[in-house]
Amino acid sequence: MYQAIVFLPLAGFLIAALFGRAIGARASEVVTTTFLFIACLFAWITFVSVGFDDHDARVHLFEWMDVGGLKVDWALRIDSLTAVMLIVVTTVSSLVHLYSMGYMHEDPSRQRFFSYLSLFTFAMLMLVTADNLVQLFFGWEGVGLASYLLIGFWYEKPSANAAAMKAFVVNRVGDFGFMLGIFATFVMTGSVAFDQVFAAAPSLVGKTINFLGHHWDAPTVIALLLFVGAMGKSAQLLLHTWLPDAMEGPTPVSALIHAATMVTAGVFMVARMSPIFELSQTALDVVMLIGATTAFFAATIALVQNDIKKVIAYSTCSQLGYMFTAMGAGAYSVGMFHLLTHACFKALLFLCAGSVINAMHHEQDMRHMGGLYKKVPFTYAMMLIGTLAITGFPFTAGYYSKDAIIESAYASHNAFALYGWAMTVLAAALTSFYSWRLVFMTFHGKPHDQHHYDHAHESPLVMTIPLGVLGAGSLIAGFALYNEFVGEGVGEFFRKSIFMGAENHILHAMHQIPELIVLAPTAMMVVGFLIAYWFYVANPRLPVALANALPGLYKFLLNKWYFDELYDALFVKPAMRLGRLLWKQGDGTIIDGFGPDGVSARVLDVTGRVVRLQTGYLYHYAFVMLIGVAALLTWFMFSGV
Amino acid sequence: MTDWPILSVVTFLPLVGALFILVVRGDDEVSARNARWVALWTTLVTFVVSLLLLPGFDPAAPGFQFVEKKAWLGDIAAYHMGVDGISLPFVILTTFLMPFAILASWESVHKRVKEYMIAFLVLETFMIGTFCALDLVLFYFFFEAGLIPMFLIIGIWGGPRRIYASFKFFLYTLLGSVLMMLAIMAMYWQAGTTDVPQLMAYGFPSGMQTWLWLAFFASFAVKMPMWPVHTWLPDAHVEAPTAGSVILAGIMLKMGGYGFIRYSLPMFPEASHYFAPMMFALSVVAIIYTSLVALVQEDIKKLIAYSSIAHMGFVTMGIFTMNEQGLQGAMFLMISHGFVSGALFLCVGVIYDRMHTREIAAYGGLVKRMPLYATVMMIFTMANIGLPGTSGFVGEFLTMLAAFEVNTWVAFLAATGVILSASYALYLYWRVIFGKLEKDSLKNILDLSPREVTIMVPLVVITILFGVWPAPILDMTSHAVNAVVARTDQVAGAVKTAFLLTF
Repeated sequence: MYQAIVFLPLAGFLIAALFGRAIGARASEVVTTTFLFIACLFAWITFVSVGFDDHDARVHLFEWMDVGGLKVDWALRIDSLTAVMLIVVTTVSSLVHLYSMGYMHEDPSRQRFFSYLSLFTFAMLMLVTADNLVQLFFGWEGVGLASYLLIGFWYEKPSANAAAMKAFVVNRVGDFGFMLGIFATFVMTGSVAFDQVFAAAPSLVGKTINFLGHHWDAPTVIALLLFVGAMGKSAQLLLHTWLPDAMEGPTPVSALIHAATMVTAGVFMVARMSPIFELSQTALDVVMLIGATTAFFAATIALVQNDIKKVIAYSTCSQLGYMFTAMGAGAYSVGMFHLLTHACFKALLFLCAGSVINAMHHEQDMRHMGGLYKKVPFTYAMMLIGTLAITGFPFTAGYYSKDAIIESAYASHNAFALYGWAMTVLAAALTSFYSWRLVFMTFHGKPHDQHHYDHAHESPLVMTIPLGVLGAGSLIAGFALYNEFVGEGVGEFFRKSIFMGAENHILHAMHQIPELIVLAPTAMMVVGFLIAYWFYVANPRLPVALANALPGLYKFLLNKWYFDELYDALFVKPAMRLGRLLWKQGDGTIIDGFGPDGVSARVLDVTGRVVRLQTGYLYHYAFVMLIGVAALLTWFMFSGV
Repeated sequence: MTDWPILSVVTFLPLVGALFILVVRGDDEVSARNARWVALWTTLVTFVVSLLLLPGFDPAAPGFQFVEKKAWLGDIAAYHMGVDGISLPFVILTTFLMPFAILASWESVHKRVKEYMIAFLVLETFMIGTFCALDLVLFYFFFEAGLIPMFLIIGIWGGPRRIYASFKFFLYTLLGSVLMMLAIMAMYWQAGTTDVPQLMAYGFPSGMQTWLWLAFFASFAVKMPMWPVHTWLPDAHVEAPTAGSVILAGIMLKMGGYGFIRYSLPMFPEASHYFAPMMFALSVVAIIYTSLVALVQEDIKKLIAYSSIAHMGFVTMGIFTMNEQGLQGAMFLMISHGFVSGALFLCVGVIYDRMHTREIAAYGGLVKRMPLYATVMMIFTMANIGLPGTSGFVGEFLTMLAAFEVNTWVAFLAATGVILSASYALYLYWRVIFGKLEKDSLKNILDLSPREVTIMVPLVVITILFGVWPAPILDMTSHAVNAVVARTDQVAGAVKTAFLLTF
């Protein structure tokens, strides 16, 4: 059954990719979607049997590499942590498959689209079921490839191509750290398989590793290097620039890959490697610092974006920051909880946005929308549910998971605990503001584009069913699973799949914080809502006035803190310039100039035209060889052999 | 089975084919077609015969297998052939790639087809001989003789600047080979033999090892090619016909790496340890430098040529870590790069045959008209940047892991190559394959023909197969590589002991 979960999407991919043209687009859609739903069913069975009946498993497939001390297997590791990811991935993926049948129905290369979706799902499942770091890396790069292909799906758009390449290359920067982390793990523990690494982890305490000429604390180095990988994949500050651009891909892709699953791989990886992260407070400090900063930073940018997908993209970035804040606090299960609930409501938000975009004939600028709630009432209702969930309205999914993160940040012993708490609370207000701003701009007020408005229509059933399912999830996932992820049931549910050190009492401490602190995020949510209402419903001229009053700040936020410009000036342009310099000056002027060209110029001076004969070189060469052989023979003769 | 000289058969079978073509008379279309078919069948049969080596080969057995030894050149040198786990993969790689080279030239070569095919068949003999020779003189003969047909291929069937390219090639290799010949003479003078297995166990005095190592280095470094003696390669590739590039990148570049593993490490282990830091430095420079240069290329073939140099940087880095992962990784990377870079050059050949230009700017939006081609190209691009699941990953990963064990700076800098390779490869793919198909010249371009599909499919299959299941190659090389590691370790230990004793 476990094999079926992982390899059914692969089979779907192969069928759609190899025979898609022969069997047609409709058949490809049906095959891949059906396979995904079967995998999803198995995943839920697995979730129950592993999570609640404690049936952990390891399925050995075959050997990948066995070189010296390095043994790498293809194997599936099924424990509670994996089981959580399995249901998230297969559920969202199957719903997105279904949704895409409607969303993409006009696209001429649907079989290609569905094959990519299934390829992505396969790689993601390989990632979450990985039994060792190298297989994890296989999935890690595999999802990167699928993401690259899907972002650039509309290959005729130059912006899509640029975004696809940017996504891959920025992720490779993260992978650079990840690979070094794998090497460091292998050098320190003699293995890359999780079982052996975790068994050896306690012995790493106090050990040092020689890295780049200095002796550092081994667990810190390993954890931080791995975290660089997580930063790339999960679009954390400094390596976040690819995610907003990735919105060039079709919207179902954004929902599946760039909201619910792939971008959370970094969070999953940190939870998976908790036995290492637990050993290094420094690493956890950094994780919280980056996470909390990202949560705040991305939320500020989301405030002023006008593209509906860009708003949600920055929101994703910010929510991922929340998850890392929980990881930094040592509350791994809480981070995983938010991963799960976020997958529900963020996929819902994206798919709703897709439904709106579909209704508006591929218009994405919110300034051209407005008043849509009458035209697409179901989408509107679902969007409301998603918005309530993300802002943390009481008893929705986000309320349980996000508030738990804020509490854990406050209660933790992290060096940045207070900072993390302050940033996430502030970000909660911002989240509420930009989420409601999106709703008000899109669905309320007067229509700004009468033509599109008149033609707007509710989406077909294949698109609204996934919305309904995710909407239900966004409402109930929070309280249904609170006990297993945050409450008393954590130890029982996760067992050994998450490791928490003997000193780590965060799950108790976070329940014993002052009442005022507990209420802070909810209060912030209300504040955010009120401001949004004031700005976009009560007094719609205010935002423009504010932007005009503070042009510097507005420009700064609109241009995303100028990170793209900065990186372009710091890395892209210099790399190109250096490349050209090395090519023209290094290879051309110096090496060739003093090497062959220089020599040949001198030779030409001497031999004149003779060398220009085409076959002259050959004769020369043969001649030199002959002389050599002759010299050799002569020398042998004289040395009296 | 062991009675018949199978290695000699594999080595000289192509020569027989070449003779066949030679006796075909006339220079018309019919004889050209015959020449093509004879060449194809010869290379196919050679490949099948070389596969017969596999069942009889025992990877765990020490020393060389299928050994043949006959007197030749009196007492000085013998005709001594044999293979072990290091050379056998290269032999099979050579016989495997040759039919593709012939097929790739099927429609693109019209001038002097007979001579062209003869040159390739002769080249095959010399290349296989290089990997099988167990006598230094014999090795030298094959190693250097192989350059002559390559010169001809570039010089006669090459592009407009072929003269310059072959001349550059000539200057570089001349320097290397003269030095290596002197070294071989010195070794004979010292050890009294040119027999490779005996020399491996000989143990040259330290001072002499340094000079011998440098002499061999001169030759192998040019062949690899290592920075800064690499500039001949981009020019040679650009001017060579497609099949020439395939063989050049696929096999001839590997002779340098093979030479390091076969000769430099076991014969001059002390010198190898002594020079390892220099090799690391050159490798890392090669990886970063050539990757940056590849980023700004405007010619597709040149870009792939520079990327080959970067990959060879990983190989030399892996070899001189002198541990198991490093050497196995280097071996694997060479084999994998053999068919991946070969496949990439074949891909370039496909569009070159249609458009007669290698200018990146002349293309764009090919995926619209050539979806099959785009898919194949994507797979090889991913293999080239070392995506896990393709064969390119295993070698790169192992060599970097090995480097990390030896020196973290080396691994750190080499790993930046991972970022850069993604940049230049995807940038190329973007400009050639993606985008709008706007150029009029491309409006009627055709997708892969059945002949081209036949070429690509086996390469795609092994690229992915060896990516997820590299065991066949790793198992084949493992024992032979361990023997080399043991040999260098033993010396390293001895040097350390001697060092301790003096204090």
